[in-house]
Amino acid sequence: MAPEETKEKETQEEYSYYPGCSLHGTAHEYEDSVQEVFRLLGIRLTELPDWNCCGASSAHMTDHGLAVDLAARNLRIAGRLGKDLLVPCAACFHRLKAAEKAMGAQGGQAAGVRILHLNDWLRRSEVLRRIREAVKRPLNGLRLAPYYGCLITRPPSVTDVEEFENPRSMDLLIRVLGGEPGRWSHKTECCGGSLTLGRSDITNTLVSRIIKAAVRADARGIVTMCPMCQANLESNQLELKQRDRGHPVLPIFYATELIAACISDSTSGKRWKAHLVDPAGLLDAPALQP
Amino acid sequence: MPGAYAPFPLTFDRRVSVQMEPIAEGLMVRKAGEDLLDELREAGADATACYQCGRCSAGCPVAEFFDLKPMQVVRLCCYGREDLLIKSRTVWLCASCETCTTRCPNDIDIARVMDVLRSRALRKGQSGTEPKVVAFHKAFLGSIRNHGRVFEIGMLTSYMLRTGDLFSRVGLGLEMFKRGKIKLLPERIKGSGEVRAMFRRKQK
Repeated sequence: MAPEETKEKETQEEYSYYPGCSLHGTAHEYEDSVQEVFRLLGIRLTELPDWNCCGASSAHMTDHGLAVDLAARNLRIAGRLGKDLLVPCAACFHRLKAAEKAMGAQGGQAAGVRILHLNDWLRRSEVLRRIREAVKRPLNGLRLAPYYGCLITRPPSVTDVEEFENPRSMDLLIRVLGGEPGRWSHKTECCGGSLTLGRSDITNTLVSRIIKAAVRADARGIVTMCPMCQANLESNQLELKQRDRGHPVLPIFYATELIAACISDSTSGKRWKAHLVDPAGLLDAPALQP
Repeated sequence: MPGAYAPFPLTFDRRVSVQMEPIAEGLMVRKAGEDLLDELREAGADATACYQCGRCSAGCPVAEFFDLKPMQVVRLCCYGREDLLIKSRTVWLCASCETCTTRCPNDIDIARVMDVLRSRALRKGQSGTEPKVVAFHKAFLGSIRNHGRVFEIGMLTSYMLRTGDLFSRVGLGLEMFKRGKIKLLPERIKGSGEVRAMFRRKQK
């Protein structure tokens, strides 16, 4: 099949893949679950050879040219592979998309491949159908709050996302996995990830509001597709609980961890090892048991 | 859809609106502010398009911690008060969540205005208001420059040395280490020379 034809198909059987620094470090459980889900669905991921850091917030906040240069090198590598590029990290996705737009505006050649976050991938109608068919251990009506945060969807001029004030990809996913997506106020509010070291007081405040909003919506856990959101929500609520014993604590899942838990053949005792808040102890859905 | 609504010709030179009489000291500094407005326009953020509706400031999740609200930042750009802007806490506390940019009815990329102000503040040696936030960015970029990818322990060590904040996160670090989230060695890439060259271009 010619490459052009493959690109037009609703689900490709192969993507190139940009993990980014977080997925190779603090968010290794995100990387593991992405790899597991795509392996189980029979879709091949080819990691970009010799990728470099996208520059994240620190580069674009202080030097625009450097931010574009760092991301552009990865786009050139992706262009050589010629496959659509899957990026699970919200910040990496945002920086690669911003560089794509900047290169286009300068009259330069962008990578010539589409840059997709998991949010975009889940929006492909074929994908949810395939996941639904693969579910072996559903979530049994477990109520979860889908949390999208900032950079997966905003601004739409960069992300090309149509649903940016009320995104739904994870709402639909939770339903497909047999859970109940909570309707709640904070699905796209910022968690303050870039301030987590410099001004932890601000991050604490923002995280507290998000956790309490999820609790108001009767959610038993929060689902995210961003490594900064996951780490930030998980660690800050533990700090909050140290100061105020009554502060609620929720497990924070990656969407891919839930997919993997629901569609894999066997329960894995290791699945929740990386979590600071052990979901198996808090939730009773069969898919979450160790 | 952004850009679909254009009530008057986009070629209209809004700079005329900035040519105002001196009503108080510092409020008529068209010349002083002009290079900032030019840099913002080049970045695709025309501060003079703002009509102070306040959507940016109403939706900002961090505004309560700011000393200048986002709408005041945009207006002060027009007033040529870069001196106030680069000394503000706001430019460093902005989390770049892009809510303001997304909601601005005049398509002003306000998050980008903050980026431009931050880089100008650093160029002018102004980073004193939120030193820990600046230290984090420097430590993060230093890690990319050294390895091509971020090496978290190295980055955190650099941050702790820059700020003297040695112990506040040690407990969390240990918990993360126990869960295999902290690598002891950096990943190195073949293209690290290319990455370092990008940083050298930045310094020029």
